[in-house]
Amino acid sequence: MSTTPHLKDLIVCPNCDAIYHVAEPNFGERAVCQRCHTVLIAPRKRAGAQIICVALAVFILVLAAAVTPFLSIEAGGARNSVSVLDAALIFSGGPLILVSLGTVAMILFIPLLRVMLVIYVLLPVVADRPPAKNAAWAFSLSEALRPWSMAEIFAIGCAVALIKVADLAQIAFGPAFWMFCILTVLVVVQDSFLCRWSVWKSLETTK
Amino acid sequence: MEIARNDKIVTAREIGVVGCQRCTKVWPLGTKRCTRCGAQIVSRDHKALQRVWAWWIVGLICYIPANLYPMLQTRTLVSVQQDTIIGGVITLINHGSFGIALVIFLASVMIPVGKFLAIAFLALAAQRGTTSPSKQRMGLYEIVEYIGRWSMIDVFVVAILSSLVQLNALAAVNPGPAALFFGLSVIFTMLSAQSFDARLIWDAERS
Repeated sequence: MSTTPHLKDLIVCPNCDAIYHVAEPNFGERAVCQRCHTVLIAPRKRAGAQIICVALAVFILVLAAAVTPFLSIEAGGARNSVSVLDAALIFSGGPLILVSLGTVAMILFIPLLRVMLVIYVLLPVVADRPPAKNAAWAFSLSEALRPWSMAEIFAIGCAVALIKVADLAQIAFGPAFWMFCILTVLVVVQDSFLCRWSVWKSLETTK
Repeated sequence: MEIARNDKIVTAREIGVVGCQRCTKVWPLGTKRCTRCGAQIVSRDHKALQRVWAWWIVGLICYIPANLYPMLQTRTLVSVQQDTIIGGVITLINHGSFGIALVIFLASVMIPVGKFLAIAFLALAAQRGTTSPSKQRMGLYEIVEYIGRWSMIDVFVVAILSSLVQLNALAAVNPGPAALFFGLSVIFTMLSAQSFDARLIWDAERS
């Protein structure tokens, strides 16, 4: 920083306030804050198209996982298998309905919403078009929702539930459980492909 | 990543600029809002600590009934059993499922309690200064951010079981009030951790 550099050539680590000159790494490399090791820039070749593909897969899987049963139970002739939507609709009153509503929001609606927002933001970027209307807002929302998207925790929850009642009744995984397992992997892949800095930059320069 | 000046870490504040925490763009000090992503910009968000404590206290308040009320009510032909969080763990141990007991104990007791302590420690360290190294506190903060969501697992298990185990007269599982309070407690502590301004971690060391 010999003289006052252009502000647009600088990047500030959001976690520790260290400031650096932007030196864009090559594809597949990562620029990491030297002080707190936060990943600042991590570009990937054709990341946009890949993320959109993964997002579409997630979208279909979440929809399919919503309606197919994730667990089925059998005891003494009585049988029951539930999908996530069943789980939501079974409570019809009382404050505990908040629990099921919250559950469904975190494992279905928020993942779905995030996927749609990501596609909405990235599609014009990948197609070399000007950013979609309110793309910055959409991407911010998608990022803010990231910790609240809990499909992977639900998958583990299914496994715990299965073992918890294993001695009470015969219980088996349904197709939705396996879809949630695949979902977990896809969401991790999608997040690791996504370079936030690159997205923000592309939303800015093509504006 | 090339650094601004070789080895010495320079912070944005020291050279009179401020970085957007959402999109890492750099602005002159005093800029109120990032026009790229629309986030509010503050060089150091000291009010953030008040938000941290506010969510922390609400989370702690919710954690008390979460432990006193039953989480799960299991009705079988012969008995009705109500389990609190700890009670559920003990039941699982009695049944010999040590693995699951450990998962639930970690997710519902160790992680929440650890989180309350960790956030309190980080906030106090930022307020009063500390001798503990910033790197360690940053590591702690990352763990808290990452692991906090996993506490939801117990709430999901309750939601799954209470929709699944509905076998008419034979057996039924219903959620207890603790499920709601526990879920709220997890949400509030997540918000508390998110409110924390990680940059304060690094300032505390310097002063």
